[in-house]
Amino acid sequence: MVALALAFSASPALAATIEVTIDKLVFSPANIEAKVGDTIEWTNNDVIAHTATVKGGWEVAIPPKSKGRIIVKTAGAVDYFCRFHPNMKGRLEVSP
Amino acid sequence: MYIRSIATLAALLLVSAAPYAQAAEKPTDPQIAHIAYTAGVIDIEAAKQAIKDSKNKEVVDFAKDMERDHEAVNKQALDLLKKLKVKPEDNATSQALTKAAKEERAKLAKLKGADFDKAYIENEVAYHKQVNGALETLLIPSASNAELKSLLETGLKIFQGHQQHAEHVAGMLK
Ligand SMILES: [Cu+2]
Repeated sequence: MVALALAFSASPALAATIEVTIDKLVFSPANIEAKVGDTIEWTNNDVIAHTATVKGGWEVAIPPKSKGRIIVKTAGAVDYFCRFHPNMKGRLEVSP
Repeated sequence: MYIRSIATLAALLLVSAAPYAQAAEKPTDPQIAHIAYTAGVIDIEAAKQAIKDSKNKEVVDFAKDMERDHEAVNKQALDLLKKLKVKPEDNATSQALTKAAKEERAKLAKLKGADFDKAYIENEVAYHKQVNGALETLLIPSASNAELKSLLETGLKIFQGHQQHAEHVAGMLK
């Protein structure tokens, strides 16, 4: 019983969706925290396309007036930016 | 160097401002709108040339980004002007920009391969730098309509991003 209860409590909580808004070339919030398995969803309110790109890593396309999303798979902190407008920057911290 | 013929946009703006010096020091909103729109059209034309003539994937991708962004911004500008009932007004600065751009395109048309790529990207860096300088120091401060000013400010952020993007591509071509 105890083992079962432990196993149950150790199972991952429901994955969350963390929302980031893009307005006038700004990721907001700029810094986000997530857990492995969570979804990050970017909503682009601009009329131009953006990306969320990790150098040497993943990239999410975020079309204008649309959304882009990714499920985070690995723990760690990464800086990301928009490949089309490198002056747009964000940071993501993922815990296990 | 490739933009030598353009001189600086700021200088052009000063020259063009001279005829209005008595009446007004600053360009009017209809003139600002025309200059901003023209600057966008020029970069779209340059992008089309690069998409057609370059064989380098990075350069063509960059050019497609420029075409897409500037078309989106110019469309937004036209929508705003319609809403504000502002009619863009042709002016000496727009004309000088268009003339310089035509010369630049003719120059690029004579180049091929890596020479073309390098010249196009270097001009993109320089051109965005100039447009951004003009936006920052003259066009944005001179705009009197708040919505036009806000659109120009967003445009500046976009074009600053383009400048960084162009600098990155230029670095890769070396
Ligand atoms: Cu972007």
